[in-house]
Amino acid sequence: MKLFEASNLGAAALAIVLSAHAGDDRAKAVEMMKRDFHAKGIAGMDRLNEDGLQALCNRTHNQPPREIAERMERDQIEAIKYPADGKIMGDWKSGERIAQNGRGMSWGDGGAGASGGSCYNCHRIGPNETSFGTLGNSLFQFGKTRGSGPEIQKYVYGRIYNAKAFSLCSHMPRFGHSGTLTEQQIKDLVALLLDPDSPVNK
Amino acid sequence: MNRRSIKLSVFVALAGLAVACAAQAQKKEAAAPNKKAAASATKDAVTAEFEKFREVMEDASPAELFEARGEALWKAKRGPRNASLEQCDLGLGPGVLKGAYVRMPRYFADADQVMDVERRIVHCMVTLQGFKAEDLAKQPFSSLSRTPDPVLLVTYVAGQSRGMRIAVPQKHPKEREIFGIGREIYNFRAGPWDFSCATCHGEDGKRIRTQELPNFTSKEQAIRAFQGWPGYRMTGGLMHTLQWRLNDCFRQQRFPEPGYVSETLTALLTYMGANANGHVYKGPGIKR
Repeated sequence: MKLFEASNLGAAALAIVLSAHAGDDRAKAVEMMKRDFHAKGIAGMDRLNEDGLQALCNRTHNQPPREIAERMERDQIEAIKYPADGKIMGDWKSGERIAQNGRGMSWGDGGAGASGGSCYNCHRIGPNETSFGTLGNSLFQFGKTRGSGPEIQKYVYGRIYNAKAFSLCSHMPRFGHSGTLTEQQIKDLVALLLDPDSPVNK
Repeated sequence: MNRRSIKLSVFVALAGLAVACAAQAQKKEAAAPNKKAAASATKDAVTAEFEKFREVMEDASPAELFEARGEALWKAKRGPRNASLEQCDLGLGPGVLKGAYVRMPRYFADADQVMDVERRIVHCMVTLQGFKAEDLAKQPFSSLSRTPDPVLLVTYVAGQSRGMRIAVPQKHPKEREIFGIGREIYNFRAGPWDFSCATCHGEDGKRIRTQELPNFTSKEQAIRAFQGWPGYRMTGGLMHTLQWRLNDCFRQQRFPEPGYVSETLTALLTYMGANANGHVYKGPGIKR
């Protein structure tokens, strides 16, 4: 919970005040879930505790007041850990495998290192995978239309590491922040989207 | 061959056909890379094929085999008390099954709480037959080696509401209260991936991979979360109830596990069910 310092506690408190009307049912809902759920595999009961960002999004129907959202997004951006060696482009072939892999973080999954990015669950990406979801936007030809220079590499790395740093209540998981994907895995996904040799950009 | 085994052979033949169609479609897609429009058109065709397949199947549904097994179980004297379930009150009076499924979850005065169908049936198995709730909760979902009794019983009871309008009651204060709690559970984002039910089931026309997702907040779409359950699932060939479906959603939500027939699930089922009120329930069905 390092990310959420004093300013964010204030933000969450304000948000609670903003939506007091739904608070009764929400309090009962949380109490009920804590009573009814049990830990299973790697999925512990601590997962039912909202962090500051989740609390704010939950209490504002994913539409937090702009100035609070901007402050929290800044906190999230500052906490992104970019690769120390400055190299952000990995191997797109490995990236494709990570994008295909929908495992990770569930009670049926193992520990560290076993996670994928579940990318195709929500995004169209490479041209040869036709089983793709539509919850996210299409990423097909992402690099072809946006280039592959240092700026866009850094942006894509950050966006996968923590999508909430760019859109506070985004549907997309924070793959680096949550410890789902390693630095190398995120680099490989950057390459899948940006490498001119990746089928995404053919 | 009797009627049921004919139905089963038809089913097996159709299932084979569906797999072949899907494989063919996959090949076609693979042969036409880089053509976005072609790919999505083919995908829609696959979905359309499955819809047609499901329509045919619903005339000869394998779910009926499970209904028949559930009926035998319902009427059999079983458990430590050697009693049948024929005195079980599903809300319309002891033993009245017609229309009970489409009017649940509902408030039960004898338990002073709202219960969904599976929770109520488990309650009856405990109070009338003397089974232990913790035993029933040990392996509550279907596997290749066994279909649990409550699954068969729910399927039988659901079949007794085939063709009837969904009318989940919202008169009793506790029914309204649990609906509101269910809505909050549906919207509650938490866990390592920040998911709530609404992440996937909050907008019309979205998919995970090729699986279409019903939007529970929409009157027109909420029925899709009710329809077809209990369902014979093509993947794995198992009969499942909504208890299983919600359990697997929470797994994918990266949450801990909800207790079997727990109040949390009744709350969600009340929210989902009441949102589908007015639609006609077609009976136990088929799922991908």
